[in-house]
Amino acid sequence: MNVSDINEFLGALLILIGSVISVISAYGIIRFPDVYSRAHAATKSSTLAVLLTLVGAFLYFLLTEGTVSIRLLLGIVFVFITSPTSGHLIIRAAYKANVKRTVTTIVDELKDAYDEREKKNHSDITQHSRWMD
Amino acid sequence: MIKAMLLASMVLFVVAIAIALYSIIRGPSLPDRVISLDFIGVNLISIIAVTSVFFHTKAFLEVILILGILAFISTIALSKYIERGVIIERKRHK
Repeated sequence: MNVSDINEFLGALLILIGSVISVISAYGIIRFPDVYSRAHAATKSSTLAVLLTLVGAFLYFLLTEGTVSIRLLLGIVFVFITSPTSGHLIIRAAYKANVKRTVTTIVDELKDAYDEREKKNHSDITQHSRWMD
Repeated sequence: MIKAMLLASMVLFVVAIAIALYSIIRGPSLPDRVISLDFIGVNLISIIAVTSVFFHTKAFLEVILILGILAFISTIALSKYIERGVIIERKRHK
């Protein structure tokens, strides 16, 4: 096993680890009880899986051909930024659309914060209409 | 051996996408389905990367960028639809 074989093996090993993590995260999607915990499985670990796979491909091309692929770097940065963001957005939308939580949920800290903000917004609106009069 | 590892990882990604498809069909609410769709998009990105390594070419790497942008924008549009009921808001005040 010479050096180039080891280099190729390194990239392929990262890709294989990423695919295993992706299967684990898919298992989490069908196994968890409600949408919030499902998003926990689907966004965090799939981000890790994709980043491992893209880094593996990047290392493969870097070590075998000696070229730095700017497109793969852009893809890595883009997925690293956008995947958690979209998970956060969809869960915020689900919370505002009152999707049911599972029965074993103990505490909902976000409800108090939303209620407080709602009250503040409401007082702002009434104050505003008073000014308009 | 490298080829076998890449093929195995492709098969594992396909298994993950199949599980997510089952979750789309089953998912009790709309956000579940959107999460599974986002998961499928993200996994397609990694399948493209594995394909590009498997054929030892760089021709597929633009597809990664375009799929990433499409998955992100579709998830944002669907979450805005779930939250407000519309996707494009018109101005209320002039």
